[in-house]
This record gives sequence, C-alpha cells and structure tokens, in this order.
Amino acid sequence: MTIAAARALRNGAVCFVGIGLPSTAANLAARLHAPELVLVYESGTLGAKPEFLPLSIGDGILAETADAVVGVVETFNYWLQPGRIDIGFLAGAQLDRFGNINTTVIGDSYDAPRVRLPGAGGAPEIAASCREVLIIMRQSPRTFVERVDFVTSVGYGSGAGDRERHGFIGAGPTMVITDVGILQPAPETRELVLTHLHPGVGLQEAKAATGWELVASAELEHTPPPTTLELSTLRELEQTKAGRSTVGVL
Amino acid sequence: MAIAALVRDGDTIALEGFTHLIPFAAGHEIIRQGRRRLSLVRMTPDLIYDQLIGMGCARRLVFSWGGNPGVGSLHRFRDAVEHDWPESLELEEHSHAGMANRYAAGASGLPFAVLRGYAGSDLVGETDSIRSIVCPFTGESLAAVSALNPDVAVIHAQQADASGNVQLWGICGVQKEAVLAARRTLVTVEELVERLEPRPGAVVLPAWAIDYVSVVRNGAHPSYAHGYSERDNDFYLAWDAISRDRTTFQEWMEANVLAA
Repeated sequence: MTIAAARALRNGAVCFVGIGLPSTAANLAARLHAPELVLVYESGTLGAKPEFLPLSIGDGILAETADAVVGVVETFNYWLQPGRIDIGFLAGAQLDRFGNINTTVIGDSYDAPRVRLPGAGGAPEIAASCREVLIIMRQSPRTFVERVDFVTSVGYGSGAGDRERHGFIGAGPTMVITDVGILQPAPETRELVLTHLHPGVGLQEAKAATGWELVASAELEHTPPPTTLELSTLRELEQTKAGRSTVGVL
Repeated sequence: MAIAALVRDGDTIALEGFTHLIPFAAGHEIIRQGRRRLSLVRMTPDLIYDQLIGMGCARRLVFSWGGNPGVGSLHRFRDAVEHDWPESLELEEHSHAGMANRYAAGASGLPFAVLRGYAGSDLVGETDSIRSIVCPFTGESLAAVSALNPDVAVIHAQQADASGNVQLWGICGVQKEAVLAARRTLVTVEELVERLEPRPGAVVLPAWAIDYVSVVRNGAHPSYAHGYSERDNDFYLAWDAISRDRTTFQEWMEANVLAA
C-alpha cells in the first residue's frame, strides 16, 4: 500500500503531506523515483527533506531541512488556498463511494458520538484546494462505507457536478490506495471503482472488503509487485521512524 | 507567578504552539492553581489540553485537530466527549484554515475572516462560528469565521532580552496571531539574553505587545524549543498508556504535575 502510494507521486510534484502513511509514502518516493518531490507539512515547513521519518508534522527535522518555514496562516492562505499544491494526501476513519472522508465522529449523533475522532485538521481545505487528492487507507467494510457518519472533507459529494457547485479549484480524489488495490473515480458518475488489485488479492476479496456494492473497472489490472529496491528502501526508512535509529532504540 | 495574575476561572485562554514550543509548564501551573470552567482554545489540543481536560479545568474546547500526533487518540479528550468524564465538554470545532484565520482576524481587530473553506463539510451545521458571505466584488460565496479574541494567550519562545522583547524561531505556528489577538499575554522563554540576534524566519514580538515574560527553562517539554531541546517523542508515545485509564492518569498527574 505504501509502495503503491509512493509510485503515484511524480517527480517534481508539490505534495501536502500528513503524518503516518502519507509521510512514509512521500519520503519513500523521494528516495526512489522522485528526488525532486517537494514535501509541504502543515506545520509550515515548505520543501522539508527529513533524513528520517518524523513522528509528528512538527518535528524539528522538518524545520531544519525546509526551504522555508512559514506560519500556519500563511501555509493555508498563501500556499494551499490559491492552488499552489499539486497533490494533497489524506486518510480517514471512514470513506464513502464518492470519496468523502470522515475524521470527526463515528455514530449517528455529533453531540453524543460512539467514537470521537481527532477532527478535521487541514483536511477540508486540502481536499478542496489541492490540484488532486490521493487517499491512502486500509480497506474494510467498517471503513469503506455506503455513507460516512459525518462528512469532514468532501471528495465528490453526492456525485458528478458537486465539486463544481461548491466552487472547488482542485479535481478531487483521483486515486484511493488501499491494502487491497486502487480505486479511482468513474469519469461520468464519480463513483469510486476498483481499477487495480494488488498481487495475490482476488476480486471477491476486494468486494468483501467494501461496504458498498463495489464495481470493478472493465480494465481491471494488477499492480506490479514491489521491487527489491522498493522493499529495502521502505524497510530502511521505517527503521528510522522519529529518529529512533539515531538514539539506538531500533 | 504570572499565571495567577492572568488566568481567572471562566476565562477563554489560548496556549498556542504548533507541535513546537507548546507552553507545557504554563499549562501545568494553570492545573496546579485549580482553575475551572475555562474555554480552551488551541488548533491542536495536544497533550497539554488532554491534561487540562482530564483534570476538570475545562468547560469548552475550541479546536481543529484533537489527537496525539503520530500516536493516536487523546484519551482524556475522548473520555470527556464520549462519557462526560470528569465533566461534559462543549465543542466549537473548525478546520486548521478556519482557526488560523480566526486568530488572524482577532489580531487584525476585525470581527471575522474570509476564506475558501468548509464547503460541503458537515462542520458547517455544527459550528455556529462558521457562516457564509457573498463577495461584494465577484458575487462568489465564501466562508466567514468569527474572530478569536481570547482573554489570555500564553506562548513559549526561545529568548527574551532585558527589555522584554521576545524572539521565537523554527516552526512558529499561529503564536504571533494568538498573542496579538488576546487581551492579556504571557510568554515563557528558555533564556534571557543580552540582545536578540536576527535569525531567518524568526518571529519577534516587541515588549510593549506582551504583558508578562517569564523564564522557564525547558518550559515546552515534552514539546521542544528549536535550538534548545528535541521533541520527546518517547513521552508522546508513553502518554497513550498513561492517559488511557482514568486512575493511571490521575496518579501520573498527582506525581508529576500537582506535586511538582
């Protein structure tokens, strides 16, 4: 999943990175095919080049290696809002068939939620204003649901034409990368359809991991298996998480 | 100290610092002084607000992302929202862009800020301080968010000089806006220096824009002060287990904050 996400990042793209899988994937891409990938973290570190994986978006290593460090108001108003970021990288607790994301509450009631999630962070505006959005999430019927309990960040709303109605400048989620395969919006309806299966995963498995009636693309493909270099680079990177290799914990 | 003079029961307070320079020592002093019914404002509540909430200091939380960065949940925050423990917590919930703009409006002396944001998000229906406005020039519909003007803002910085001018650098978050938006302000600093050396990307706040400066070495721990300390990532990881259980949490606070 992380390798598939890294492959989706083209060299030279400007990428707004959240912590966790997106940060790992972006740092992996930068060490493989995309050395000129520009990593922007919402802490205001533009062009960060961390030599190890940070634990948080505000780790010191990001500021030390950045082209520029700017305030949060500037990050969102000057850099994100006008459409200067090519790729926004998001994840969530729930995703629906139109790529809408919930990171707010699980349950029917906002005031009395079953599970209180962290909330929006930068996601609603990342989802609206990046030229395109990549979503990276583990796929299960619990997380890939017919309707999200709460729309924190909009993908395609209720279908084709909704993003235009909202006046979003970005194209929306162009790819959802999971541990099962890759989903992409159907050009006409904007419903997410399965376009790729990872090696060893069958179509029935993919459908069983989805809470809605998942449609597979007529040109369903398999993602190429990870190369030895991709795997070894990912392993090396993960061993450095939060700089722990530098203090000998791992 | 300064906290006793600045923070009163029922106040709206903002302890800012975006992962970096979080004023933990000041937050602990608020807990020790037993302040109650506070409205806590912060983009990323982080561990310090988890502690204030778990200790019953808060009535309301104004925020945009309430997690333990890279680790998971803030368990005391969740317990308050999900089970009203130790008491119920009102939420006023935004996105980062919205919160940042609310501080900027507050600092600018404006009643609200305008942004492209929130369109299609269910947050609009839950948060009264998000409205929409029509641009008088283009007719475009945009989001409006009300200004934030906390009673008190507290930030941590690296240095102050003898006159009380303050400099912070590294990731500077929304601290400048939070200080300029607030009615009363405290800056805790790592050290006093003869004069502030200019540094790239630094924020300098002149003494006359600040009410109190207090030297608290390592006052951001387990957050950090760029150039002085490293973020204590091991503590952020350990907090998950400490805060998950009410009793473990209370014992930890007793031993490490109340008795300190």
